[in-house]
Amino acid sequence: MSRLLEMRNINKFYYGNQVLKDVTITLDEGEILGLVGENGAGKSTLMNILFGMPVIHSTGGFGGEIVFKGERVNIDSPMKAMELGIGMVHQEFMLLPGFTVTENIKLNREITKPNFLSMVFGKRLELLDMEPMREEARKALDTIGMHSIDEMHLVAGLPVAHKQFVEIAREIDKRSLKLLVLDEPTAVLTESEAEILLNVVRLLSQKGISIIFISHRLHEVLEVAHKIVILRDGAVVGEGPKEKFTLFEIAEKMVGRKVENLELPPRKVPLDENKIIMSIKDLHVHMPGEEVKGFSIDIREGEILGIGGLAGQGKLGVANGIFGMYPATGKVTYMGKEYQLNSPLFALKNGIVYVSEDRRGVGLLLDESVEMNIVATAIQAFGMFTKRFLGFTIYDRKAIREHALRMIKELDIRCKGPAQPVRRLSGGNQQKVCLARAFTLNPKVLFVSEPTRGIDVGAKKLVLDYLVKLNREHGITIVLTSSELAELKSICDRIAIVCEGKLAAVLPPTASDVEFGLAMAGELEEVKAHG
Amino acid sequence: MVNFGSLREAIKRIDIPTLIIVFFLIGLFILAAATKVSVTTLLSDSIVRIGMNGVLVLAMLPTIRAGIGPNFGLPVGIIGGLLGGLIVMQYQVAGPIGFWIAVGISIVINFVLGWIYAWLLDKVRGQEMMVETYVGYSIVAFMSIMWLVLPFTNPEMIWAIGGKGLRYTLTLQNYFDKALNNFLRFQIGKNFSFPTGLVVFFAGSCYLVWLFFKTRPGLAIDLTGQNELYAISSGVNPKKARRNAVILSTVIAGVGILVYAQSYGFLQLYQAPLFMTFPAVASILIGGASIRRATITNVVLGTILFQTLLTVSLPVLSQVTRGDITEVLRLIVSNGMILYALTRTPKEAS
Repeated sequence: MSRLLEMRNINKFYYGNQVLKDVTITLDEGEILGLVGENGAGKSTLMNILFGMPVIHSTGGFGGEIVFKGERVNIDSPMKAMELGIGMVHQEFMLLPGFTVTENIKLNREITKPNFLSMVFGKRLELLDMEPMREEARKALDTIGMHSIDEMHLVAGLPVAHKQFVEIAREIDKRSLKLLVLDEPTAVLTESEAEILLNVVRLLSQKGISIIFISHRLHEVLEVAHKIVILRDGAVVGEGPKEKFTLFEIAEKMVGRKVENLELPPRKVPLDENKIIMSIKDLHVHMPGEEVKGFSIDIREGEILGIGGLAGQGKLGVANGIFGMYPATGKVTYMGKEYQLNSPLFALKNGIVYVSEDRRGVGLLLDESVEMNIVATAIQAFGMFTKRFLGFTIYDRKAIREHALRMIKELDIRCKGPAQPVRRLSGGNQQKVCLARAFTLNPKVLFVSEPTRGIDVGAKKLVLDYLVKLNREHGITIVLTSSELAELKSICDRIAIVCEGKLAAVLPPTASDVEFGLAMAGELEEVKAHG
Repeated sequence: MVNFGSLREAIKRIDIPTLIIVFFLIGLFILAAATKVSVTTLLSDSIVRIGMNGVLVLAMLPTIRAGIGPNFGLPVGIIGGLLGGLIVMQYQVAGPIGFWIAVGISIVINFVLGWIYAWLLDKVRGQEMMVETYVGYSIVAFMSIMWLVLPFTNPEMIWAIGGKGLRYTLTLQNYFDKALNNFLRFQIGKNFSFPTGLVVFFAGSCYLVWLFFKTRPGLAIDLTGQNELYAISSGVNPKKARRNAVILSTVIAGVGILVYAQSYGFLQLYQAPLFMTFPAVASILIGGASIRRATITNVVLGTILFQTLLTVSLPVLSQVTRGDITEVLRLIVSNGMILYALTRTPKEAS
């Protein structure tokens, strides 16, 4: 194997802050490099440098040199990177939603055919030749095993996982592709989809394409990478073939402190199986992409119930439907009384609080201060933190500040102060603000969806710990929806698996991965029935 | 020791256009001092203009905060205000009391008009600003007919010849002319008089609106404007919040035109309401608001800058140049400001 890429002694400053310190990485042809690090460790900056993103050059460039295929190169624009054969699949989707899969894959590399006008006026007026474009797009999709994606479908209607695969297909359709950077490719995928993706990555590697694989899911990195580089605070703190590392060692090096398995504290009062706080029967939720079609379950008072399942099967729809964010029908009884669906206000008034999976879209007022984010809902729904003034009931700045400071301390929210806008906080801290907001509402039942999506290992543990604390100390019933099975297994009492919008199985956290896998595929019952 | 760091932070937060206008204004005052124009007279006039226009600018606040942009349909509220004034004249209520009655009537009328207007805006969610502009034009055209048809009979109001239809401008001399301006007015020196009532009224209106935005219905408007989904998950009905914002804006506009009219001394009918919108929109934007975010500070600062600019530029620039440059300046500043704010929106959104 010959050396493909060498990034030597890379240094980068952002406004006086050193974000990369003498980072050196090397990559051979066909090699898979796992790049891991907490949020803000410098992974994205390093990749932006490699890809010549304008943000690097508008902030003063970088120090060090890049050697590609034995030659020193100056990558000053993404265009240049693409010419060299470097492709990148970004964390955020870079697809045109109103275009078909084919058009997205072949964007700017369309196959055209001449016509009368183009013969006169030149190549720019040639028409798209849809047939070969389709074929090539098909080929690219088939290469990565995505036979089920229709190449003529509009991207807008695709599930997130498929969008991810379309992005990858677009990159491998470029024939000159030598190096593919995958930035958190599995963040939005479920475990089985991630598995497919990992297989694709291996396949590409066998074809001689080098890959830089960035992921928060360490076991994936361990599984797929040949070599691992660990970044912490802009410096390389660990490097070597993957055989050198175990999961725990990587996690430890990444965060710089020991990570142990969650040890769950005992309950004061043992769970009573017959005490049902909420009983859901035949719930239908019309949530595009996460349709729920007849889901039923009894939620026990004081438990932590996990809801898992593959993306698009409806697990996210359950919480959204109960809280009233999407139109829902069904029969729900709550504390012995009938529960009114489709009304967030009714839910709030009855102690049902929802922390959305869409943190930035639903959960936060990005330009508002940390304190307003924490209390706004409490003021609105319950008139908390208010006082009478000149006949008006207005909110009380002092009470709000006091409460916010208390929550910031309790949850260890890293911010400059309660007046800082949440937009500038990191993902983990934003999530803590969401949890603080939820806790302020004194929930009886707390629905939390994907609380650790896109946040780093250290913050993840804090968030899960806090959920357990709420459950044990305040007796709050928690319904945790997550795509990460390990997370569900670590803190839940029971785990409900949703498949095709229905309850497929309720499993104890000690159940084997095989059982979970079968349940997610909706085949557990059949296997049990037929032995 | 001056803390340069915090000073630089403070300047950074001010908008570039606001800064330009401020410097331009300072330049004008220097020019005024150099020429023979009396600076005290200019200041006195400026304060009157700030007070008379301020409430109209305030009307922009609720809709911006509800996330539907400045209320380009200001004429809707203005019509309601004018009707209030006309009814007072018809019944010949003389003196300052007439102003308060007119305000009361206009609030009732605008409550109804605002409701209908809000219902319409809800149907065109996402394109409010454009639709508002056309609603403004339409209602002015419609009312131009109505002014001729409505059964007003007070001879001071209707055309002297023919005896039918309302005049273009109606003098308020025997009614509530200067009702606020003269309230507790005091004189300092020869050229400077302070319209206490007017300023107190503007300040009071600002304070009330500020208080309103600290109440739950006010907060609901804020939440809706900032993140509709967050608002929904906080138990807010965004439709209702937006409706409240539009009604509030319309009501304030009605009060605003009456404040304007009592200071000006005339009620202006027919096409006149159309010319109130853009200066009001421009004012709040100059004050540093964007079409998505605005505060009371933006309202006050913007009104002060815009109105002072107009008052000062006329006498000062006419000394330096020929002709009436003020009107040109007003158009450049107000339209330019709106254009700037609109082009800035996409950047803000990201």
